[in-house]
Amino acid sequence: MDSTQTFQVFNRGPTPAARLVFFTVLSLLLMFVDAKYRYLESTRSALSVLVSPVQRLATLPGDVWREASDFLVRQETLLDENRALHRQHEKDASKLVQWQSLQLENQQLRNLMDMQKRNQFTVQFVKIAYAERDIFRRKVLINKGSTDNIQAGQVVMDDKGIVGQITRVYPWLSEVTLITEKDHAVPVQVQRSGLRSVAFGAGDTSQLSLRYMPVSADILKGDVLVTSGIDGIYPAGIPVAQVEKIERDAAYPFARIVCLPLGGVDKHRFLMVLSSLPKLPERPPEEPVNAKPKGKKTGGHG
Amino acid sequence: MNSGDHSQAVIMRPVSNLFIASSMIGALLLNALPWEGVWLTLRPDFVAVVLLYWCTHKPLRVGVGLAWAIGILADVNDASLFGQHGLSYTVLAFGGVVLSRRLRMFDLREQTTQVFLILLLTYLIYAMVHWQVNGHMTWGYFLGCLTSTLLWIPISALFKSMRQMRVDRE
Repeated sequence: MDSTQTFQVFNRGPTPAARLVFFTVLSLLLMFVDAKYRYLESTRSALSVLVSPVQRLATLPGDVWREASDFLVRQETLLDENRALHRQHEKDASKLVQWQSLQLENQQLRNLMDMQKRNQFTVQFVKIAYAERDIFRRKVLINKGSTDNIQAGQVVMDDKGIVGQITRVYPWLSEVTLITEKDHAVPVQVQRSGLRSVAFGAGDTSQLSLRYMPVSADILKGDVLVTSGIDGIYPAGIPVAQVEKIERDAAYPFARIVCLPLGGVDKHRFLMVLSSLPKLPERPPEEPVNAKPKGKKTGGHG
Repeated sequence: MNSGDHSQAVIMRPVSNLFIASSMIGALLLNALPWEGVWLTLRPDFVAVVLLYWCTHKPLRVGVGLAWAIGILADVNDASLFGQHGLSYTVLAFGGVVLSRRLRMFDLREQTTQVFLILLLTYLIYAMVHWQVNGHMTWGYFLGCLTSTLLWIPISALFKSMRQMRVDRE
């Protein structure tokens, strides 16, 4: 094989060792800058334009397969699905009428009490382009980006509950960090007792945990946790998780509480992005006392 | 010792830059496929194996610098920290270039054990960076190192036959 190589006696440039040192230092520098500051996002999105054809090509077979199976579905299945959806729609419609009147009532009450109105949010529908590529992280990429006015910090949910938060935006894609990502925090409230807490992602398992809850806390297995809306990122009242297991050990000051997310964090293909961002700056002065520390506030906001 | 190069009667033609580039893009593509769950854990790092192949077989053309550049693209592709793949591929390429003469003297089976060590180092660096930044570790990640090593044999055989085919055609 050597015979094919051009034989250079002179000037091969720096030795491999010198190059190793140079590029190692460069990489370390880049990592430091990328981890500490967010200067490199524009470079990243510029390079992503270079890489995105490869990514599109890679997801093409799956998309084609799905399209084909969509096309070849039996009429009977479609009819069944249609019937089920109609039934669901009727059920939901009756609830919706009730909800609308409740909302009006709530607003009136809030006006009477001189409280701030609840945020209204608009919804953008998105599709998951690809799931977690990096084994260490709980992330998905969705098919809309800055060209569709997606911004970092927006909340992503499905029909059952919160799924995650947008952490990085490319021109045609955005990255969603799932709530199960290690140390990702969501301020929550126990729906039954109104108890506030913060739900942290547990990392590689699809679980959430409540930390720093006293052993005597009023929380039961099966309790539903909803967002408390305190951080100004997640709008209040959206379901997050259900308590799965509580370990109360007197030896430790805090109870160990494990929850399972209600949203199909790693199931669905279609998600919703909530855009309630413009109203955020008004919130902080209203509730300064309740501000809870967020473990990892990856998304820029406001 | 069975030295692979001398037992071959076929002369290999020079590798075109296009072949190297397309193999790299192909590897990036394979890495970018929507792997999920167990398959993601078992996914070999195609880019690393292909890069190592070229570093050992064409050390004068594919070296540390190119490996770093590919690593940066892989970082964008995986949405990992900028320079994380860059650093690990830099070390991979250095290992490949330094050991290139020695590796080419061995046959495939003996190469594999040495390739395993280089890949293990590469994986270790990537995981160390992750551990330093995020403070936790996913041990299943190292399974990918084993599958990548297993991939070395088919990739070597494939590229060798592709390079020989070019001779037969003319």
